[in-house]
Amino acid sequence: MAMMQFELVSPERKLASAEVSEVQIPGAEGDFTAMPDHAPVITTLRPGYLTVVSPSGTEQYFVTGGFAEISSESATVLAERAYAKADMTSDLQAELLAEAEAHHAAAGTDASAKLVADMTAGVALT
Amino acid sequence: MPNLSDLKNRIASVKSTRKITKAMQMVAAAKLRRAQEAAEAGRPYAERFNAVMGGLAASVGTSDGAPRLLAGTGSDQTQLLIVMTAERGLCGGFNGNIAKLAKAEAGKLIAAGKTVKILTVGKKGREAIKRDLGEHFIGHVDLSEVKSVGYANASDIAQDVLTRFDAGEFDVAKIYYSKFQSVISQIPTEQQIIPASFEAVEEDATASTSYDYEPSEEGILADLLPRGVATQIFSALLENGASEQGARMSAMDNATRNAGDMIDKLTIQYNRTRQAVITNELIEIISGAEAL
Repeated sequence: MAMMQFELVSPERKLASAEVSEVQIPGAEGDFTAMPDHAPVITTLRPGYLTVVSPSGTEQYFVTGGFAEISSESATVLAERAYAKADMTSDLQAELLAEAEAHHAAAGTDASAKLVADMTAGVALT
Repeated sequence: MPNLSDLKNRIASVKSTRKITKAMQMVAAAKLRRAQEAAEAGRPYAERFNAVMGGLAASVGTSDGAPRLLAGTGSDQTQLLIVMTAERGLCGGFNGNIAKLAKAEAGKLIAAGKTVKILTVGKKGREAIKRDLGEHFIGHVDLSEVKSVGYANASDIAQDVLTRFDAGEFDVAKIYYSKFQSVISQIPTEQQIIPASFEAVEEDATASTSYDYEPSEEGILADLLPRGVATQIFSALLENGASEQGARMSAMDNATRNAGDMIDKLTIQYNRTRQAVITNELIEIISGAEAL
């Protein structure tokens, strides 16, 4: 099976780097799945779960935003903040939600309202 | 001639000073390792980010609709200098060098008739430039409570800077920090963050793959440019952290060595004085015996 190089990087550290067969990405314009030989795309992310499928199993990470760079042989996700699904406690969810709401209260734009909605939807999937 | 007990006290006090500087050196060495690891861990993100931004900026940068964060406001009248230093001293010329660089630039800008605003990060830099440039201060970020700098800290600073930029408080922003070269060499650096400048990526890297952008190129740029500011501030903070510990380590190493030299000298003086005292006593005894 064809494989692609997947990397998940946050500003503080590299969270994952592996050979994978597919990555499901919560893009700003909608979810999509990147598989080997995908057309090169750069997209921004909305808050949600990133699902990584590799021969050794499926892993999920929650990302709060950032962007993804997809090419035919690699997928690199640069996430503002990312957590493994196991680390998503209810406290953390509440914190992320509260942050998004505080941001919306301060900014009051359509974009920040969308952020709150996406965050709520993303967190609800846990 | 200093008397014996004075000398003894001096030696004891220099010895305890040496113990302290030695301990500080070791603490700095341990912290340096951590700071270096953090700086290294942050590098992949910054590199990737800059590569993508470089490509984007190259394709959008020339068009009229380019965001202000990239194209600038078309003026450089008001300049914001963000001076990032340490929260603590005792690290050699680290704080002083950064402050000196920022001060020189501020002096040049003021002489050229520009308006200078200064945002300080870290207490020591603020103290160092307060006397000359205190009236230009517009804010201060206190990181003394922060044990290890996280992206959240950088993001807060960036948020503050961006809010000011949107409010039209300045046209150009530059950060001042120290690049970590090695334990003995840290390079005070000036870097422009607004309008954003990205190092040109190699031609073939962009030419070989032409990306689709989702949403539009402009949309992505508008989303990423503010993050770029945070990313640059974050890498600068990390570099600064490593530089500070490196500078402190070598400063404390010097101090320890100096204390050692001083102890040697004082010990020689002490022994000489002690011998002189014994000789004197002997002379007194002998001449007393002769007199009988």
